[in-house]
Amino acid sequence: MRTYFKDIFSGVATTLIAMRITFRHLFTPAVTVQYPTVKWNLPDRARARLFNKIEDCIGCGQCARVCPTDCIDIETEKRAKDEPEIFASDGTPIKLRTYVFDIDMTKCCYCALCTFPCPTYCLVMTKEYEYSVYDKKDHVYHFAVDKPLYPKPVKEHAAPKA
Amino acid sequence: MESIRQLLASIPNYGALPELLRDFIPMLVSCVIILLYVAVLGMFLVWLERKVSAHMQDRLGPMYVGGWHGWAQSLADGIKLLLKEDIIPAAADPLLFKLAPIMVFVGAFAAFVVLPFGMASIVADLNIGVLYLLAVASLSVVGIIMGGWASNNKYALYGGMRSAAQIISYEIPAALALMTVVVQVGSLSMQDIVTAQQGGLHKWFIFRNPFTFVAFFIYFVCSLAEVNRTPFDIPEAESELVAGYHTEYSGMRFAFFMLAEYANMFVVAGIATTVFLGGWTQILPAALVPQLVPGPILFSLKTLFLVFVQIWLRWSLPRLRVDQLMYLCWKVMLPVSMVLILGVGFLAVYWK
Amino acid sequence: MTLNMGPQHPSTHGVLRLELQTDGEVVHSARPHIGYLHRCFEKHAENVDYPGVIPFTDRMDYVASMNNNLGYALAVEKLMGIQVNNRVRCIRIIMAELNRIASHLLAAGTYGIDMGSYTPFLHCFRDREKILDLFEETCGARLLYNYNWVGGLMYDIPPGFEKKVIDFLDYFEPLVDDLNRLLSYNYIFIKRTANVGILPPDVAINYGITGPNLRGSGVKFDVRKDEPYLGYEEFDFDVQVGVGEHGPVGSCYDRYIVRIKEVKESCKLVRQAVAKITPGDVQESIPKRVKPPAGEIYMRTECPRGELGYYIVSDGSLKPYRVKVKSPCFTAMSAFHEISRGAMISDVIAIVGSLDIVLGEIDR
Repeated sequence: MRTYFKDIFSGVATTLIAMRITFRHLFTPAVTVQYPTVKWNLPDRARARLFNKIEDCIGCGQCARVCPTDCIDIETEKRAKDEPEIFASDGTPIKLRTYVFDIDMTKCCYCALCTFPCPTYCLVMTKEYEYSVYDKKDHVYHFAVDKPLYPKPVKEHAAPKA
Repeated sequence: MESIRQLLASIPNYGALPELLRDFIPMLVSCVIILLYVAVLGMFLVWLERKVSAHMQDRLGPMYVGGWHGWAQSLADGIKLLLKEDIIPAAADPLLFKLAPIMVFVGAFAAFVVLPFGMASIVADLNIGVLYLLAVASLSVVGIIMGGWASNNKYALYGGMRSAAQIISYEIPAALALMTVVVQVGSLSMQDIVTAQQGGLHKWFIFRNPFTFVAFFIYFVCSLAEVNRTPFDIPEAESELVAGYHTEYSGMRFAFFMLAEYANMFVVAGIATTVFLGGWTQILPAALVPQLVPGPILFSLKTLFLVFVQIWLRWSLPRLRVDQLMYLCWKVMLPVSMVLILGVGFLAVYWK
Repeated sequence: MTLNMGPQHPSTHGVLRLELQTDGEVVHSARPHIGYLHRCFEKHAENVDYPGVIPFTDRMDYVASMNNNLGYALAVEKLMGIQVNNRVRCIRIIMAELNRIASHLLAAGTYGIDMGSYTPFLHCFRDREKILDLFEETCGARLLYNYNWVGGLMYDIPPGFEKKVIDFLDYFEPLVDDLNRLLSYNYIFIKRTANVGILPPDVAINYGITGPNLRGSGVKFDVRKDEPYLGYEEFDFDVQVGVGEHGPVGSCYDRYIVRIKEVKESCKLVRQAVAKITPGDVQESIPKRVKPPAGEIYMRTECPRGELGYYIVSDGSLKPYRVKVKSPCFTAMSAFHEISRGAMISDVIAIVGSLDIVLGEIDR
């Protein structure tokens, strides 16, 4: 019998305590950031869209090798000896011409593993996060500006079975 | 409605209309007024709930639609719901499916007829007002069961069954709590109950004697169960049964259920105001201070305060399980309300 | 009748299908069907090199990502015999415990929603956002960090980080009492959870359940104390067990309150770890190429859901031969049928919420 009244009392008491807390919260300021009128400042290390400064890229392919989801596509060819020597901005000589440097952001998992092995620090993750597009193909970023000069050797393959 | 009759009688040639029309037009006019009031009230209450709940949760709620704190949000939502495709499940019973939201809304709307908004602003001052209210509240149960069954969906069926059990169980303590006041007034008419509370704060039934004080809280809690609000919102428990008895409804039919719920909230808060908090009477006796604020506004303010308390309770408490809900009704509310009736009966006989 | 709490349901935390045989409101049997979130983690791990597996480990238990990374990194370090310096050790402990707090806040908040109380969820998330802001400053991401690398860390902590952590803890610890008053001590909440889903300790041990689910049944077992790693033996913290304050030991309430008490213990741990940080280089022990010798290892760590185990088989090459993950939520779900016998439908929701499952970890 005593537990009956104790239960009723504790029910009413805890209800009133809970109501007091929510009432107090009516007067605390809201923590909402009203995007898109107000935008949050991302810290400098934020990992959003990838950007490659192609003038500094030496075409080593380390980033493509490390990527767990294979989202970077690199094709290079050797620059001939008679072409003028070019250097990256920190002085590293560029021996390869990168004619394909595609990053497919739909495959990218934003792990930033590709930014660490880059010898010239040309591949970085920027803070840009508002880059929605209407067509999935527009999410493949083509960074290479060069065109291939020399024809690729044709690989021999077996004749198709009749 | 009397004031509407007088207004209409002042139109020239009004007496020339046949008797039927002369009786029918005031009813039509007052129903249209009440319907507009309910519609605007529904939109306002939806907005109020969203804002109050948001601020209790440290966020902002609607801010964008209409400019100042998103006041037109419910208007925009209403238009959106009107434009939605009317989906009726293939295996559902079409007649019952279409009838269910209307039944629930009628149950809520019909109770507005006897709410005394002011000294002369009541649509129909029935001399069995309280009895009429209790009868009409059961109409929504029928609508809910129809909605649950006609949806042909197990979740909806669960919701409908639970809701039926809940509402009809909780009507008993609610009615008994109202009876404590009726015994002291001696009349079932709503307007008589309000006039018995005229004359100041100490005359309001909530403060007159300890029995009616407890009866107010019993009635308030039972009325929460009547309108399926947390902590008694098992029928529409969003996280358990997706959406309970209105799972399969979309578009305007869903809007009808929501409108009926908010209208019902206002109705039970209105009944609590009339019976316990003095209706349209003011705090200081009318003999000392003339009535500055008109009756309907005072009534609406008191009722909206009670609706705010209902919203506050919803966002503070978790949900009761079905058997705990039934335990609360039959083993806690009912004995307490019976003790209250006994107490008030003794007082009425031995302490005039 | 057969009721299907389908894959899309507001309160099965993820895509979980529960097939319930009910009789009115009482449930006779409950069979969970999983696999809706299977993403072939273990197969992916065989095709990527050792550091490349770490982003995949993030995504298993996406709520407590630091702990997943930590388990894997510790396993590979043990296989290769790498020792990390004190700074790395302390930062790893800070991150793991902060992530434990964040994960338990999410568990408590979503449990409140399951019970019908929508407000504590938003309060918990407001505090969780502050923890995620701290993580974002350190490694750039809010949910999937890729932070604990084999032999070290991805970035060093930014300047001023220790002060921000201590400020956060000073702000946050009083709010746990607020949360308790709103949810844990609430009469309705106790009535909903205290006599429901009793898990006897011997049943829990037989099924292999670990973590707060086991400690809620009264068994004092914590991997951090019984098989310490990362130097946890030097830290001073208690193992919280459920004592059955309201109802029998091993109920849903006990499992829930163990998590809340563990939040306070984690705050203590973070303060001690911040005090112990020494200057150093966090990347000095990272090998140029991660090429463990051939062999196998099983490493277990205490993640917020239980004991997370990594079994790695290496054949001496740059890619793992086999990575198997022992997921604590999987064992918890396997006992679900046992726990939910005779419960009502509302209780099934309470039980699923109290086991604190994350489908990403169950399905991998």
